[in-house]
Amino acid sequence: MTSTTPPLKLHVPEPAERPGREPDFSYLHLKPAGETRRPPVDALPSETSDLAYGLVRVLDEVGNAVGPWKPEVAPELLIEGLRAMLTLRVYDARMLTAQRQKKMSFYMQSLGEEGISIAHTLALEADDMCFPTYRQQGILVARGASLVDMMCQLFSNTRDPIKGRQMPILHSFKKHGFFSLAGNLGTQYIQAVGWAMASAIKGGTAIASAWIGDGSTAEPDFHNALTFAAVYQAPVILNVVNNQWAISSFQFIAGGEATTFAARGVGNGIASLRVDGNDFLAVYAASKWAIERARRGLGPTLIEWITYRAGAHSTADDPTKYRPADDWARFPLGDPVRRLKQHLIAIGAWSEQQHERAQKEVEETVIAAQKEAESYGTLATGPLPSSALMFEDVYATMPEHLRRQRQHLGV
Amino acid sequence: MVQAIRSALDVALARDGNVVIFGEDVGYFGGVFRCTEGLQAKYGASRVFDTPIAEGGIVGIAVGMGAYGLRPVAEIQFADYMYPGYDQIVSAAARLRYRSAGDFTAPLTIRMPCGGGIYGGQTHSQSPEVLFTHVCGLRTVMPSNPYDAKGLLISAIECDDPVIFLEPKRIYNGPFDGHHDRPVVPWSAHRLSEVPEGHYTVPLESASVCRPGSQLTVITYGTMVWVSEAAANETGTDAEIIDLRSIWPLDLKTIVDSVKKTGRCVIVHEATRTSGFGAELAALVQEHCFYHLEAPIERVTGWDTPYPHAQEWAYFPGPQRVGEAFRRVLES
Repeated sequence: MTSTTPPLKLHVPEPAERPGREPDFSYLHLKPAGETRRPPVDALPSETSDLAYGLVRVLDEVGNAVGPWKPEVAPELLIEGLRAMLTLRVYDARMLTAQRQKKMSFYMQSLGEEGISIAHTLALEADDMCFPTYRQQGILVARGASLVDMMCQLFSNTRDPIKGRQMPILHSFKKHGFFSLAGNLGTQYIQAVGWAMASAIKGGTAIASAWIGDGSTAEPDFHNALTFAAVYQAPVILNVVNNQWAISSFQFIAGGEATTFAARGVGNGIASLRVDGNDFLAVYAASKWAIERARRGLGPTLIEWITYRAGAHSTADDPTKYRPADDWARFPLGDPVRRLKQHLIAIGAWSEQQHERAQKEVEETVIAAQKEAESYGTLATGPLPSSALMFEDVYATMPEHLRRQRQHLGV
Repeated sequence: MVQAIRSALDVALARDGNVVIFGEDVGYFGGVFRCTEGLQAKYGASRVFDTPIAEGGIVGIAVGMGAYGLRPVAEIQFADYMYPGYDQIVSAAARLRYRSAGDFTAPLTIRMPCGGGIYGGQTHSQSPEVLFTHVCGLRTVMPSNPYDAKGLLISAIECDDPVIFLEPKRIYNGPFDGHHDRPVVPWSAHRLSEVPEGHYTVPLESASVCRPGSQLTVITYGTMVWVSEAAANETGTDAEIIDLRSIWPLDLKTIVDSVKKTGRCVIVHEATRTSGFGAELAALVQEHCFYHLEAPIERVTGWDTPYPHAQEWAYFPGPQRVGEAFRRVLES
């Protein structure tokens, strides 16, 4: 070391967007629709290296489906997907308001990224098991879960399927292939790999779909999942929803500055794709590709979905403190609802009038569900689940010490 | 005891096609302590297999497999290596039934060799039982002999709750009484090494009065059962020794009946003292037996230091320290 050696400096990544600054989305390294190639389903993981830095897109700027990833999909399925997205959006808006009215303690919306969970779910079979995060309520909507049951969980009322044990959104719906949500982020990712390994051990046909956000990829559970999925060639889809933000931390803080999250898959010997998550057709096509690989025993696939968290992280968050208020409006991949609607109109399968009617129908459905759910109680008004339920399900059968504690509480 | 554990695993694999066994080096090699030797050859690599060195991953896949409907039996090579898996144990395995209101469960067993006496230093000697007893939803078990090891392990695997199965590695090959300078006594010379073939269980939440007595009650588990017995014999104390077997949830009635009878209580464990399980036991004894106590409760434990290497026998709570505690409770 000489006296001319400059002192070291710590690099702390900064986002391109901050309040009061002109946003610059060049970090997304976007590609035009149709440009990224589609390899055969039995491609080796190493043969997907370029795709981890590419961007699978099908819908072009005017709503035409173009390029090698254009899926064979009936317009009816796309309309089903559009309705599910509309439903989730209306549901989110109403539940957000209900939280402001103190009918629930907390809420998290999926705004802006509805297309990913919904298109992916429509590509799965009903018995495939999802290990979601809190921003994949679209899985439940797409699988036809009862909105009343979902709302009863949010309201922590007497019909809450999980008996008031969890914060709102942390659902569990085994009958819809929806694993119990954890507040400890990332834990579900390696569990999904275990579930997929179990399906292979038992000679089943169901696969697992694991979900994580860009921020939580820094957790060891993510890296364990990639290692185990690759080692045992587990029939699992490893979804990374890169919505750019983990509360106030930009995805560069999770390690997205110098590479892509998809590239972590290739480095582990896992086929990997980077996909426009707001392009419903691209999500469907990429999901189908990965699902076929898993189902045929060709191993796991990691998919990074590029999207944008349009709303606040949660009702306890104010994003205008750390990013421009109009950021989503400028996001170059747009809105999944608007883009699918544009495509359906372009192919003559949909119209503005039908869209308006559908919007009205889903609003009526959600309002009716909310009315029924609130009739069973809300956090503000009660009735709440019985305090005696607090002592159940800690163990399969209640041990003596819990029986004594329940008696002590007098319930 | 190694053969008894292997026999339990063999029985479980044979009886239930949903039982799978995995961990570091457990497959072809049969585990560093040989507990899974021959099982992969017998049941195939999809039921008994090696894992990457990632305890968080080992427990994580076990939770997912349990959610699928399997009964995974995971081995953590040393309890000291458990910490990367602790989040999956606490936040997932222990809570899954509760948080999903029984929608999903994690009926898994996690085996881990624990305890010292083998010159393992601080990374191969820990007794972390309280890190599990403090977590609601877990069952924590520690056998002290081959018969119980097999029966308890089968109960653990058949149990619908997640069970932490701690195996005191110092007694894998014989009932160690704390006299490290004496020849090793093999299990073959001991009556509790008679392990039946085939299926049997030792129930969970059931303690064993392994030595009846009238002067004082010893509450202990694992290797310390043998150390306490040596102390009783060497001091000529008519001690009643209770082997908890299930540390938590525990068999309170056996403890209370004994302490009410003797009026004196010594708690012995190898783990560090402060916030050790002895603190919980002492609290339970005073809550339930206060008016029967004729002397303060004594605790004999490891010191509040990391487990040392060269100073192992100054750390280990051997029969001399236990015997001194006997004298103190009898004299007061």
